[in-house]
Amino acid sequence: MAAFGTGAGRPLQRGGSGFRFTLYAVLSVVAMYFDQRGHYLEQVRYALQGAAYPIQLAVSSPPAAWRWLKESFQTREALQAENTRLRSAERDLEVRTMRYEALAAENGELRGLREALPPVADRWLAAEIVTVQASGLRQRMLLNRGATNGVFKGQAVIDDKGLIGQTVHVGPWSAEVILITDPEHAVPVRIERTGLRTIAVGAGDTSTLALPYLPANADIKPGDLLVTSGLGGVFPEGYPVAKVTEVHRDAVQPLAQVRAAPLAHLDSDAEVMLVWFREDHPAAPTRAVAAKPDTVGELSHGNPGIQPQAAPPKRPPAPPPPVPDATPVPAGTPPASPGNAAAPSNPPAGAHP
Amino acid sequence: MNREGLGRLLLTAMVTLVLTVIPLPAWADVIRPQFLVLAVMFWSINAPRTGGIAFGFFAGLMLDVFQGPVLGEHALALSLAAYIFVREHQRIRSKPDFQQALIVFAALTAYEVVLFAIDGWTGHPVTSLLRWVHCVTGALIWPLIAPILAFGAGRRA
Repeated sequence: MAAFGTGAGRPLQRGGSGFRFTLYAVLSVVAMYFDQRGHYLEQVRYALQGAAYPIQLAVSSPPAAWRWLKESFQTREALQAENTRLRSAERDLEVRTMRYEALAAENGELRGLREALPPVADRWLAAEIVTVQASGLRQRMLLNRGATNGVFKGQAVIDDKGLIGQTVHVGPWSAEVILITDPEHAVPVRIERTGLRTIAVGAGDTSTLALPYLPANADIKPGDLLVTSGLGGVFPEGYPVAKVTEVHRDAVQPLAQVRAAPLAHLDSDAEVMLVWFREDHPAAPTRAVAAKPDTVGELSHGNPGIQPQAAPPKRPPAPPPPVPDATPVPAGTPPASPGNAAAPSNPPAGAHP
Repeated sequence: MNREGLGRLLLTAMVTLVLTVIPLPAWADVIRPQFLVLAVMFWSINAPRTGGIAFGFFAGLMLDVFQGPVLGEHALALSLAAYIFVREHQRIRSKPDFQQALIVFAALTAYEVVLFAIDGWTGHPVTSLLRWVHCVTGALIWPLIAPILAFGAGRRA
């Protein structure tokens, strides 16, 4: 075996390597401290992410090439079937939109406004998924849009079925997204049927969310729809997140064990949407100030099953909404912040029969 | 030779980085060895001047960008591994493959302990036992990896 770099009988001085190790160790510790505390290293991360992007693209190219091959050799029948499916889906969506317009108009009149509110989503940007880390306990994906496209940190990412996650690191041409199923991610949700607010925490695989902060007597059952509650400052109110799959009540446990399945296709999407929201819209994510009481009403978003006043009117949160900055809520902290979930201590009227 | 040596070093770093981050099915991802860490260890033994601690640091920084919760985590762990191997490179180099694999196993475990501790301190604990699997597979694959990495170098000497 070759030993270039060191000539025979010319050993490295031990002191030298020890000194260099100390230097680099201190450097890494300083880097960690600043990255963890003050986010001073955003610029460094930005540059490094830009440098890493070509490698990430190269790494993702074999799967992408395979997808492209599969698509280009699709049979005529398969294409026709897909076409038919898409056409019926479009018809369905058009009908829903009609209903939505009617509902929105009615809602606007009920609020005594002169005209119906514009939709909360201001504009969308489709982004391709470059790589997905959905194995182990890290659920991230990399998108091919970055700061040059106007993407910002803490931006909501959705697909056509529901919520996917939010951006955590934004590079010049790419953005890293933390999925709602990542164990470090928590999304404030509301049970559509009852209006009960709680927090959905990722469980570490792409098909499960956990709702660990619901009391055992909470009114929740399998099949309930979870929508975003608008608290937390990242996601606007009313976007579908997950469906409850399993409710386990144990007589000796004060909390119910609830699991839910995300509605978005977290493991099979090839494209997702980055969304910009209107800042001044009542259903927009509450950032620094609490929303005005008269505008916190329901804004149904085109689901024909929803009656306009089905959910009980929500009280505005008494303490100012926590977590004004857009970092993912650490999974361990939510129960400590009273205004965020408030499910055990402050359920809305009608939550308990 | 230093220029060429550096070129080969960077080439292997690039290839092993790609192997480390290329998407794989879940089961394969669990048993995937940390190729870049193995490459850093190899170059720390066999070219402690060109490779070594600085190489470990920057390789770790790249890993941080790809999969680290905080910048500097893998950099610290990997410069520690590189330091041990640079310090003891002559002793390790003269050992047979089997014993080298054992040393690599120990070093990979130390590397993972550092990551585990930093994960915990920074508030991103990953307590699954599966994170330790790559130490075993990395040690098992070492006798295969080392001759491949040495191939170019052996021809030159």
